Amino acid sequence: MARPGKIPPPEEVPMKILVPIKRVVDPYAKVRPLPDGSGIDTSGVKFEINPFDEIAVEEAVRLREKTPDIEITVVTIGSGESEEQLRKALAMGADKAILIETDQSFDSPAVAKELAELALELQPDMILMGKQATDDDCNQAGQMLAAKLDWPQATFASKVEITGSSARVTRETDTGEETLELDLPCVVTADLRLNEPRYIALPGIIKARSKPLERRTPKTSPAPKTRLLKMEAPAPRSAGKRVANVGELVTALKERGAL
Amino acid sequence: MPRLLLVAFEANEAVQGAGFAKDLGLPFDVLAVTGEGLVDLGAEKVLNAGLSEVPAADALGKAIANVAGGYSHIAAVSSMRSKDVMARVAGILDAAMVTDAIGIERPTVFRRPMVAGSVIATVEVLAEPIVLTVRPAGFSKPDRGGGSSVETVSLETSSKARRVSVTARGGARPDLTQAKLIISGGRPLKDAETFERVLGGFADAMGGAVGATRAAVDSGIAPNELQVGQTGKIVAPDLYIAVGVSGSTQHMAGIKDSKIIVAINKDPDAPIFESADYGLVADLYEALPEFLQKAKSG
Repeated sequence: MARPGKIPPPEEVPMKILVPIKRVVDPYAKVRPLPDGSGIDTSGVKFEINPFDEIAVEEAVRLREKTPDIEITVVTIGSGESEEQLRKALAMGADKAILIETDQSFDSPAVAKELAELALELQPDMILMGKQATDDDCNQAGQMLAAKLDWPQATFASKVEITGSSARVTRETDTGEETLELDLPCVVTADLRLNEPRYIALPGIIKARSKPLERRTPKTSPAPKTRLLKMEAPAPRSAGKRVANVGELVTALKERGAL
Repeated sequence: MPRLLLVAFEANEAVQGAGFAKDLGLPFDVLAVTGEGLVDLGAEKVLNAGLSEVPAADALGKAIANVAGGYSHIAAVSSMRSKDVMARVAGILDAAMVTDAIGIERPTVFRRPMVAGSVIATVEVLAEPIVLTVRPAGFSKPDRGGGSSVETVSLETSSKARRVSVTARGGARPDLTQAKLIISGGRPLKDAETFERVLGGFADAMGGAVGATRAAVDSGIAPNELQVGQTGKIVAPDLYIAVGVSGSTQHMAGIKDSKIIVAINKDPDAPIFESADYGLVADLYEALPEFLQKAKSG
């Protein structure tokens, strides 16, 4: 760990992992658009850490369990209420948290720009984050951030190892998986099968209240590149018919030219 | 002048993307990253990069961004690879991106699913260029014919990432996203051996692909890459046969563009019956062999 007032020799500098997280509506709640189509109805809905970001936090903590000299900073961009999700990440084992507080909406390009500023300041060796947020399902911010920083990236990660000055990441692909060796610093986005996040009991969350949480304002203005015009429920797929037996099923499919 | 660059990581992907290009109504060119681009899809130009394999995203993103100058739209068919690479392209170009477009209102207004498919958002993009990944099921079939002019382009591919190993899904079954018929199973398939024997056997007999629910994948019955659903593959076959699948929102979000959905389940109250075109309450181990026999006879 770095000692205050003394610049440590290079080999003692801890490796730094930055984990951006997002506050999202409970991914297991049934979500409906508002009647006027202006957004989703969040009344009575709980908020959680985006599940893929929670996997990223867990992975950072597990990497530190293997290699103790790792410092983990979690960051989020959002309203003051996001403190709740940062506290949970601290309870999981992150060392410190940064809340970039804003009431403005940041789309993926704006998030990438703001996080790139932070990365230039903090100089992490790895940025580990979820592959996508379960509210907007964009799957963009990690790649855009990597592009801004000109760092290599590994998305859809299912295994992460750090070996000296590089990271070895197994990632899921359309046809199976591949393993990449990336120069550090790099951006890694977590997929579902990377790990199963630990359960945090309430006392752990209360204990995490003593860990440092810094509030600051955005350095960039989020100039949106997209505008949401409308949200609506998808057209339901109507229930078809019950068939009594296999024969009836096969006949029906043949009649429709499906077999 | 508005113009679309359609990126095909493998040359045949352009067939699916050309339907989107037709509906967008803009002149378009195809960038074939590997292989030889097809010249009968209605593109004005086919740009053949002639690479033997698709490079890592940092290298390919930069290379595509270099070719993309002057285009108002840059699109690829939705896949894990296109999400990896195209979002990087958008980052380099400082562009907005629309992930998983399923419809076009105007050339700057698109529809896309959010929150695991429980909401369809209509999104206006306020600045060009616009980067997109598109789900082909939402768009027309391309008209085949005519001839594109062909050019060779050279892509710089130096990367800060090295591909150490690649593990491909085995067997000769069609890719899930391309298959005309998919047989898909959940946890009732018991174990990996049963899953492969029963569903794999059925798929091979019918020339189809095998899919799985997240529950089946999480419990180790089926390999990861077979997972169908919002967090897995989005599929749109002519015939989707779900056996022992309850029909979670998550799973249904991945199959709702299928032409015909058949559900076979022992549980008459399984939610999947509410969205299936044909529902059969039956034991899958008895129903599937009988299905095969009847399907193959006259």
